Amino acid sequence: MRIGVFICDCGSNIAGHLDCAAVTEYGSNLPGVVYAKENLYTCSEAGIVEIQKGIKDHNLNRVVVASCSPRTHQPLFQSSCAAAGLNPYLFEMVNIRDQCSWVHMQERDRATEKAKDLVRMGVSKAAFLEPQDDIEASLIPRVLVIGAGVAGLSAAETMADMGLEVVLVEKEAEPGGLLNDLYRLSPYGENSSERIGEIIKAVSSKPNVTLYTGSRVEDIGGYIWDVDITVRQGGGETVKEKVGCVVVATGAVPLTPEGLYGYNGRDVITQMELEERLLKGEVEAKGIVMIQCAGARSPEREYCSRICCQTAVKNARLLREQSPETRVHILYRDMQMYGTENEQMLWDARGEGVRFDVFLPDRPPEVGEGKVRFYQPLTGERVEIPCELTVLSTPLVPREDSASLSQLLRVPVDQNGFFLEAHAKLRPLDFATDGIFVCGSARYPANVEEARSQGLGVSSRIATILFKEKLVTSAIVAEIDPATCVGCMGCMEMCPYGAIDYLPEEGVCRVNRILCKGCGCCASTCPSQSAMLKGFKPNQLLAQIRAV
Amino acid sequence: MNRDIVVIGGGIAGIQSSLDLAEMGFKVYLVEKLPSIGGKMAQLDKTFPTNDCAI
Repeated sequence: MRIGVFICDCGSNIAGHLDCAAVTEYGSNLPGVVYAKENLYTCSEAGIVEIQKGIKDHNLNRVVVASCSPRTHQPLFQSSCAAAGLNPYLFEMVNIRDQCSWVHMQERDRATEKAKDLVRMGVSKAAFLEPQDDIEASLIPRVLVIGAGVAGLSAAETMADMGLEVVLVEKEAEPGGLLNDLYRLSPYGENSSERIGEIIKAVSSKPNVTLYTGSRVEDIGGYIWDVDITVRQGGGETVKEKVGCVVVATGAVPLTPEGLYGYNGRDVITQMELEERLLKGEVEAKGIVMIQCAGARSPEREYCSRICCQTAVKNARLLREQSPETRVHILYRDMQMYGTENEQMLWDARGEGVRFDVFLPDRPPEVGEGKVRFYQPLTGERVEIPCELTVLSTPLVPREDSASLSQLLRVPVDQNGFFLEAHAKLRPLDFATDGIFVCGSARYPANVEEARSQGLGVSSRIATILFKEKLVTSAIVAEIDPATCVGCMGCMEMCPYGAIDYLPEEGVCRVNRILCKGCGCCASTCPSQSAMLKGFKPNQLLAQIRAV
Repeated sequence: MNRDIVVIGGGIAGIQSSLDLAEMGFKVYLVEKLPSIGGKMAQLDKTFPTNDCAI
């Protein structure tokens, strides 16, 4: 064993609060250590050269760096080892900054002793490290997009332009999604079917897009980066396709408010039904009341659907534009008119004579024959508005089949049934599972520009994967020894990435090393220690622990 | 065609664009007028709704 230990001062960040020279001296006397060196900044070019020189001059076969967080610096040190000819998996990192100098700033002696302990643990583990090879897999430059609404079409269009093959599956007979049924779009009043028509035309003209309409994704097999899909077409026949990535763009549907505010689809209708009537030129009512948050922001559906306020204001303006004598009254709880254009649209609507009134959630409006009554909190009076038509602004809700799709893809949905992204801010279009992405209202109610932006964003995320020649992932993955595995499937339930399959014929579980993220949940669960995480095997961890 | 890309602004949008473009294999120049990148998000403590550390 020829271990090299490199202790980092991190300027004064570490050396200012503990005795790095003493830790280095201590490290040099540990079993197996043939070389120890203190560096001012180990991550600087000079520090990297020191490591590489140490590997060559002292013929090191293990390297331990005691410095900062492996989350930020382990990849740099590992690649530096590799460049000097040492297998990068023979590298071990000890964090004496976060765990010693930062948390024990006022206790120099004890911080120094703790740093020695951590270095001793790292060296003990390093002795048991094994060389590994990165895992390589080929990539299929072909993408499945589920749903041909504005989000899915936008993703398909851009990916096709990037040179990727796209398989676009739409369950309706025509692509276009909800935009096919809308009249004009907020805030500029563009014609909805013309706008989506342009996108459909662009997508249809791409030779590298295969569009299946009236079809559903029936089965998904294989694994991410090499997915086998079965598409069942309208006529009943099935087609098999192979793709590298999957996009969920299934959208959402407006809630049909059965039993709410006397909804009947005749003179009490939804905004979506109003859009259809506007499209056909069938609105004759001269007194119209719109009720916001109908079926939303309530105990059974807590979220705000975001798009209904702009939809109501847009439609109110359109109604008055078509026939200026129409009275439109919007009853709301809060107007959510985010962004510059929507806010302007609200003020324009007020100026043009659309009436707005607040109602209280615990005293909702009452819809009666030819009138709507509501309690006006400002005056403390009950106000009655005569009207011929009541329009309920209902939220977008998840599609009924989104639950079964989430099971098929093994991706999560949130408490409302919308697909749940990996991280609200940092990975808003990714699922936690590699290679699966989400865009548009499948994730959360989105307006047209948001759905399109997300569709374009997804294509960019996919390009970061499929523009590469091959996939290279870390060798730190779990493996299950089939000789001792009893097939209890305990590990499958623990795996957050769906990376473990049960093989019924052999009666054992098996890790898909491409899907495995190396979290170690299976290894800590396995009652027979058949599941082991490379780089964190029992003998390696026990050596580390016993060194304390 | 010159395939290099310049991204102006090193906040969360500029950084993510740069990262994705670099992953795609492009050479990216990220330009920020302040001495450090991170923008507004780097000045925040915790961010809603996950409440994880913004930096």
